[in-house]
Amino acid sequence: MSNSTEKIEYVSYLDHKGKYKGLMAWIMATDHKKIGLLYMYSIMTFFFIGVILGLMMKVELLAPGETIMKAQTYNGVFTLHGILMIFMVVIPGLSATFGNFFLPILIGAKDVSFPKLNRFSWWIFIVGSIMAVASQLLKDGPPDSGWTFYAPYSTTTGTNVIMATAAAFVLGFSSILTGLNFIVTVHQMRAPGMRFFNMPLFPWSLYATAWIQLLATPVIGITLLMLIAERLFNIGFFDPNLGGDPLLFQHLFWIYSHPAVYVMMLPAMGVITEIIPTFCQRQIYGYKAVAISSLAIAGVGFLVWGHHMYTSGMSDEARWFFSLLTFIVAVPSAIKVFNWITTMYKGSIDVKPPFLYALTFIFLFIIGGTTGLLLGAVATNVQVHDTAFVVAHFHYIIFGGMGFAFFAAIHYWLPKMYGRMYNFKIANIALVINFIGFNLLYFPQFIIGIQGMPRRYFDYPAQFQPAQVLSSIGGFILVIGLILMVYNLVKGARSGEIAPENPWNGSTLEWTLPATPSLENFDEEPIIKENPYDYK
Amino acid sequence: MANNTTHTIEYKTLSIVLLVLMFLTFVTIEITSFHLGALTVTAALLIAGVKATIVMYHFMHLKYESLLLRILVAMVFVLFILIVVITFIDYAFR
Repeated sequence: MSNSTEKIEYVSYLDHKGKYKGLMAWIMATDHKKIGLLYMYSIMTFFFIGVILGLMMKVELLAPGETIMKAQTYNGVFTLHGILMIFMVVIPGLSATFGNFFLPILIGAKDVSFPKLNRFSWWIFIVGSIMAVASQLLKDGPPDSGWTFYAPYSTTTGTNVIMATAAAFVLGFSSILTGLNFIVTVHQMRAPGMRFFNMPLFPWSLYATAWIQLLATPVIGITLLMLIAERLFNIGFFDPNLGGDPLLFQHLFWIYSHPAVYVMMLPAMGVITEIIPTFCQRQIYGYKAVAISSLAIAGVGFLVWGHHMYTSGMSDEARWFFSLLTFIVAVPSAIKVFNWITTMYKGSIDVKPPFLYALTFIFLFIIGGTTGLLLGAVATNVQVHDTAFVVAHFHYIIFGGMGFAFFAAIHYWLPKMYGRMYNFKIANIALVINFIGFNLLYFPQFIIGIQGMPRRYFDYPAQFQPAQVLSSIGGFILVIGLILMVYNLVKGARSGEIAPENPWNGSTLEWTLPATPSLENFDEEPIIKENPYDYK
Repeated sequence: MANNTTHTIEYKTLSIVLLVLMFLTFVTIEITSFHLGALTVTAALLIAGVKATIVMYHFMHLKYESLLLRILVAMVFVLFILIVVITFIDYAFR
């Protein structure tokens, strides 16, 4: 912090002239805000590739039998859809985009603790992403194991599993480094006067997420290396023919991949926790309960992985134990939902697009969460395991939850990121289309899932066709809504009305800054309030 | 809030830590000559855990850090133990 009494001239971070120009200025950027935007542009690109692949599956499923692709192509398409959406969109989504952009600002810091490491994380992310896409194009053909890479099939299939797993391994490094950076940033970079328990709740959720990234991601890294070693050197980790145990792969895979669900969801919950008090002009109900529930979700979320394996041949004792733990993890999630709704009670609600997206998130998350209880209970799980029911539940949580929270976040923070506003009317229309399309796409899958429609099948009996057609129509409606939403946001960011500094009357630190922050965010030491949600 | 304090550890302390680590490595090897059955892995992990704790405490300066940071590191160990134990609930009863 400069001691000069002269006022520092304000320059928006978007206009800041550094050592590099043009594209290089972005690639070499160490500013956390630009890195956040780089992640967002990359993630949105992969998201739309994933959407196109999803739509291809929906077209294929319009009628039984082969429609537009062969079975093996379908296997490759759902595998790439899963890898793209999981490893390149939803895991980094909120944390890398809005975490990078807003974590330092919300805690009153100039940047993250390790800006160059932050840039390196994005570079690794891009390298891993290129490897993932390359795995589809190399001569052995796209991997067909699904994004879960279950052994022993993944150790024996002739497709490009090694490249795809190596890509996931590299992407994991990006996640670990981001997590490490965020943990150190929260511990070391908080502005004077900001303690853990007057820190806004989005940083709390990012902090809990970062621990998962740091501790769980190495497990998948090691697992994928073991898989590669087995394929290349015939070391018997997972293949029973080599003396291995395929369930060991599932244990190790889900020890990471279940906590990874919380890497996706915790920042989403954090975003919603920021939006609701702002648009209700009311302090968050149960601040400490919300903060601690983030840590509780992160902690207990580590111990519930076995509910993905109830039908795998795991011991009965392990099944009931995992079922018990799964029901426990529902408690802190429910605490958050209760607190969001209670915050709205008697609030001065301002119905703007970010708030509507937040409400949509809560609605979809409740459906996803309650159907998750059916999957957490062993008796019902074995009935619907590996059916379309799981696909529907998963998408209600991940897309309905993380996806809609991402849309809520971009509608909430776009004025601060670009200094411009978007059209509210178009945003609301897009939301309605997205809501209808989403539910039409995924809800029928609950029903046909209960009736026995397996997941990942490109063919099905004729009895499932009406629901499949409805689902496909929903897919097309959703894509129209997404295109409209992105068009509105891009138009707003490029040529929308100039945004005021605090368009939503928010109380957290980002709204004390100019419409687009300067390079180092705070030219003067920020004033830290005892209560970050200081409304009434 | 950055902590830039440097700490110097005496050679005597470092030497003792080194000797303890070497002794524990020796124990790790020797213990394989006893037939502990299912406890072999447990014993190996316990010794490795003690060694890792000593390295973090002395060489990685954990002993100079705040109570909060020490608790966080301890929680990581607890988490690791829980994950191993829960995994073995499957293997032990399958």
